[in-house]
Formats: sequence, structure tokens, C-alpha cells
Amino acid sequence: MAKMTLEQLRALRESKQKELDKRSVEGKDIQVIVGMGTCGIAAGAKQTFDAIVAALEKHNIADKVIVRQTGCMGLCYVEPTVEVVMPGMPNVIYGKMTSEAAEELVVKHLIEHSLLDSHIYDKPAVDIMKR
Amino acid sequence: MAYKNFILVCGGTGCESSRSDEIYRSLLKEAEALGVKQDVQIVKTGCFGFCEKGPIVKVLPSESFYVEVKPEDAHEIIAEQVVKGREVKRLLYQKDKQAAGAKVEDIEFYQKQFRIVLRNCGVINPENIDEYIARDGYRALEMALFEMTPEQIISEIKASGLRGRGGAGFPTGIKWETARKAPGDVKYIVCNADEGDPGAYMDRSTIEGDPHSILEAMTIAGRAVGANFGYIYIRAEYPLAIERLKIAIAQAKEYGLLGENILGSGFSFDVEIRLGAGAFVCGEETALLQSIEGKRGMPVPKPPFPAIKGLWGKPTVINNVETLANIPVILTKGAAWFASIGTEKSKGTKVFALTGKINNSGLIEVPMGTTLREIIFDIGGGIKGGRKFKGVQTGGPSGGIIVEKDLDTPISYESLTALGSMMGSGGMIVMDEDDCVVDVSKFYMAFCVDESCGKCAPCRIGTKQLYGLLDKISKGQGEEADLDKLEKIGKAMTKASLCMLGGSAANPTLSTLRHFRDEYLEHIRDRKCRAGKCKDLVVYEIDPSKCIGCGLCARRCPVPCITGEKKKPHVIDGSRCIKCGECFAACKFGAVIKR
Repeated sequence: MAKMTLEQLRALRESKQKELDKRSVEGKDIQVIVGMGTCGIAAGAKQTFDAIVAALEKHNIADKVIVRQTGCMGLCYVEPTVEVVMPGMPNVIYGKMTSEAAEELVVKHLIEHSLLDSHIYDKPAVDIMKR
Repeated sequence: MAYKNFILVCGGTGCESSRSDEIYRSLLKEAEALGVKQDVQIVKTGCFGFCEKGPIVKVLPSESFYVEVKPEDAHEIIAEQVVKGREVKRLLYQKDKQAAGAKVEDIEFYQKQFRIVLRNCGVINPENIDEYIARDGYRALEMALFEMTPEQIISEIKASGLRGRGGAGFPTGIKWETARKAPGDVKYIVCNADEGDPGAYMDRSTIEGDPHSILEAMTIAGRAVGANFGYIYIRAEYPLAIERLKIAIAQAKEYGLLGENILGSGFSFDVEIRLGAGAFVCGEETALLQSIEGKRGMPVPKPPFPAIKGLWGKPTVINNVETLANIPVILTKGAAWFASIGTEKSKGTKVFALTGKINNSGLIEVPMGTTLREIIFDIGGGIKGGRKFKGVQTGGPSGGIIVEKDLDTPISYESLTALGSMMGSGGMIVMDEDDCVVDVSKFYMAFCVDESCGKCAPCRIGTKQLYGLLDKISKGQGEEADLDKLEKIGKAMTKASLCMLGGSAANPTLSTLRHFRDEYLEHIRDRKCRAGKCKDLVVYEIDPSKCIGCGLCARRCPVPCITGEKKKPHVIDGSRCIKCGECFAACKFGAVIKR
């Protein structure tokens, strides 16, 4: 890059801040956990993961959410599964979360604070939710 | 494709020496081999501080904190965590074997710390300017160039209460103001990165982990005092820090954050690196300036102070690395915020390199006013092997020993000086009951004899004389009158030396004499070293009632001076024994006695 102006520096900072924010976990109290065991991945969990990350960015809430992956949640019949943990909402495991359903999850659950009734399959089992 | 995981590998010198670079490369290779290169970003960062347990690898967002990682572990980390999303439990930090893997915030080492200077260490890739910029990097420079006048910058730094972190604690704002007001159109900014205390590595780690913070701060200083050129004086023994500085300078120049007409503001500032050959005295500011000028590194009398008449006779601001690293944060967060941290006269935080007989050695940053007890027993995890705490040496060869009864003193420049030590640059060496104060004083004095530049008599002759006396005492040939001589010469050096090297060289001796006079007397009267460190006073013997005649000691003895028949008690020939302690360490039956 050639020498920058003040405006270019500010624009660069803003774009890089978003990139680095994904790495940070500070101040993020919403967790979206994607089940990525073999079963999940086979059912398209990788695409779901990417779709969630994309949706978070689209709706500008990426700085509040940690997206992590975990192993199989035991609900292999409704993979891909996604667990959402956030304050003010019950912990929920959603099933059949294809990449198409990802945006609905972000908008409804994370932003509008309402559940996606058709996708609810389980609350987290005790052994998954140790903390 | 978005990254699912981020792996941060410590790239500080400590971890690099235990093969962290190999870990980094193995992780990259494994990620490639397992086809998950697109899923994981692998970053080499600066020091995490927890050097005791290095190499450190941290995985986000799961916050898995892996310790003592080996290159062979790379496969498991990638295969388990990145591919399957499972933590590698066996690598997680555990305080004791029962406790489950701890998250970073649960690790007591980090709990009492507060990071301003080390804000980016272990967080960003120090070789990538974009990551620095993303963490509000160069935001303070923007403010300094476009939103504040030089006077406002100086008054902000003054209001923050920031004082020099090199040890002396001179108010930074006043230094800048003096240089700004000094007549002259050419002025200089110098960064003192000539960290020379044995056991200190705060500045090295700061530069290795966050080099841009130093460049940004120097440019701000240049703007504040009206200087357009700066030097970073760093010792050649810090190759990694130098390499990262070079990369940072090149990147900053490319972005136009250093050089001509920065960000179109009309202000120009450039930086050059000057390598020191590793002389301790060159950490003294006037000697450092001499060295930059190409002369022999020797101090010159002050005043005139460098802020009035420094490099090539021009007004020069010379600040330590840690001092500079605070500057950008003070501007972005405000002087009031900074001044709210710390004690009445010592604001902000202090970085310490915690070493010696301590469980968690490492790099720590705590608010001023934290007590030594918190640092040593909470953050440091107490003394190794459950031994008894004896003292802690702050300020390296210029400081003094602080003992148990003073551990609850809140740390500040004044409080440490009142205890006969000093803040120093931040080395902190913990000693236990197996350390001998005479031996320690002798070690530091030997260091000062080597490092004295020889310009002034009190230091050149004084250090040599003190060393001679200490050596005599350690060999059991001391007289009680020697203790008075130590004090008399030491006090004379403190008063009459040209610079602080000589002025503080007697501190370790004087402070140990004050607190452990009985141990000195023991060496003199009883010819006894209770810690068993002074070789000439130690006698090794074999207890015939315990010796089973296995012969292990005799085989280990390098002289050899141990004889005896098989299955019969052995004997050490004291006249030939070199007191290496090999037999003592080798005996499984406790038959070798050290007296």
C-alpha cells in the first residue's frame, strides 16, 4: 500500500478491527456453538458455520457473538445442530440447521429474542453443559 | 471462508528458545496436511508472560490455554481442536493434577495483573501492522497530529503522572516540556532499549510483542517537543526484538506513518536503530548518547541534562521502552483514566520480570500500589519446592534486597527507595533460604566490576575493593572490621560516583548487610555459610552409619577423591575435594552430609 491519508488509516482501522474482533472473546456474551462431529460435518455443519458468521456480519452483531465449534451433541438424526447460549434466553439446541436456516437463527433468536420453534430439539444435556 | 479457530503461538524469546517457532511451523504444516488451512488462522504473537510454563499456545474462541507445548503436539491440536472441536485436555494448564483445565481468567498468574504496556503482547501478530492498527494503533498519533497542539500533548502527559520506567522515575511530561522549551531547531527523541540488568527482560518482550507502540510513541514525542528524528538504542543481544523493530519500521514507512509528511499533516519523523554492544553502562542516558555519537560509552556529568544539551549538543528526550509504550494509551484513554490507576505519586502500572526461586517465573504487569507479597505469592505462586522465602532483589545490581517483613509495602518509586532498594527497570529476583547473601552480593559486585566504565575513581576503585572484601568473607578469611569497610566504601561510592552505575553499585551489599548482618558475621566468626553456597566454607562428609557402600558417589566424583571398598562405608578426602556437590546430589541414602 502506498502512503496513507488520515481517512485511509481510519478506514483501514475499522475494517481490521472487525477482523480482529472475531478473535477476541472479551465482551461477547452470546455463544453460538455448532456441533461439528463427523455427523454434523457430513450434514453440512461447515456451511452452516460459515453462513452464521456471514449473517452475523450482515446484521452487524459480530462483535457480540462468539461462534465456536464443538463435537457431536448426540442428536445425530437432526444434524447440523447448533446450540445458542445468551443472557435473557433459555439455552437451546436447534437441529436441522442448514445454511439456509442460519440467517433465520441470527435474526430471530439473537436479534429479536424469539425462538425458532420448528428447529428446537433439545436443551443441552448436563454433560455438555458442565459450567 | 471464515476462520473457525485462531491459534496464537508465543513468539517471545523465551518460548522461541524452547522451539515455539517449530511449533508454529508444525501447526501450519498440520493444518495444510489435514485440509483445514482455511478454517484456522495461526498467529505468532509476543510474550504471554507466563514464561515458566512456556511455550504457550492459546486457541480461540474456546480460550484453551496450552502450556509446555512441544512441536510434536501440533498434530493433535489441529486434528482434535480444529477438525473435531475438542480441547486437548492433557496440554491445558493445571495448577494441580486434580483441577480441570483452567481458562485464562482462572489462572491465578493473570488474576491480579493489569495490562497497559503489554496490552498487545500475546494478542496481536507483532509483524503485522494491520493488527496493531486494529487495536487502536496509531489512533493516538492521529490525535497528536490533527487534534492536539504540542502543548496539549505535553500537558496531557504531565496530567497523567507518568514517570520514567527506566528506574529513576523522572516525570515524563516535565522532561518533554524542558526539551520543547530548550532553544534549538534540531532536537532528538531517543528510545533507551539497552536493558542490561541480569534477569530483566521487560523491554525486550515489549518490543518483541508490540514494536509499533514504541514507534508511535516516539513520533508523538517528536511532535510534542519539535523533533524530526529519533534513535532506538538497543543491544545487539536482542536479535528477535531488532528484527521485529526493523519490520515495524518498514511497514510504518510504507503506510506513511513514519517518514516525510505523516498522514498529510506536514509533520515528518524518522527513526533509526542503533545497536549497542552490550555494555551495562550504556543504559545510563549520557553514556548511551555518547555511544550513539560513535564515542566510547562513558557517562558525562549532569547538568546539563540531555533535554537541554543531549545528542550532538542538541535538546534530546530520552525515554525508556516501557515509558514510551504507555504514551499512546494515555492519549487515547485520557490522562484522567491513567492517573486513576496506581498510587498517589506513582501512576499507572509497572512491568516486572519475575525470576529466581519462584514457581511462576514470567513477565507480569501490575498496577502501582500492588504489594510484593501479592506479586510473589499470588501471581508468582510462591517459592519453588516449598522452601522458605528469604528476600527479593528489585532493581538488579542497582537495587537492594527486600525481606519478609517489608513484603506488604505497596510498590511505588518512593516506597522501594525507602526500603533501601529501588524500582529499577523491573527485574525481580526471588531468593530462598538456599541462597547466601554474601554470595549474591559478590555476584552483583563482580558484575559491576566488569561493567564499570572506569571513568570515575569511586566506581572504578570502589567496586573492585568491595568485591575483594566480599570475596575474602566468602572464603572464610574475613574480619569483623571488613563489615565497616564495606559500609564506608559503599557509602562513599553512593555519594561520589559520576553516574548511577557506581552510585547504586553498593546497594545490594549495603542492603544485605542491613538485613542479614548475622549471616555475614557467621561467615567471619564461624567460617560457616548456612546456605552452603560459599564453596570454601562447605565441607562434604560421608556418614558411615548411613553409607551402604554402593559406590555411586565415587563413580560420580570428577576428581576422584572418594574411596572405599564395595558394601563398606566410603570416605571423602577433604584435602582434594573441589566441593562440586555431585556426591551430595547422587547419594540416594542421605549419607553425604554438607556442612
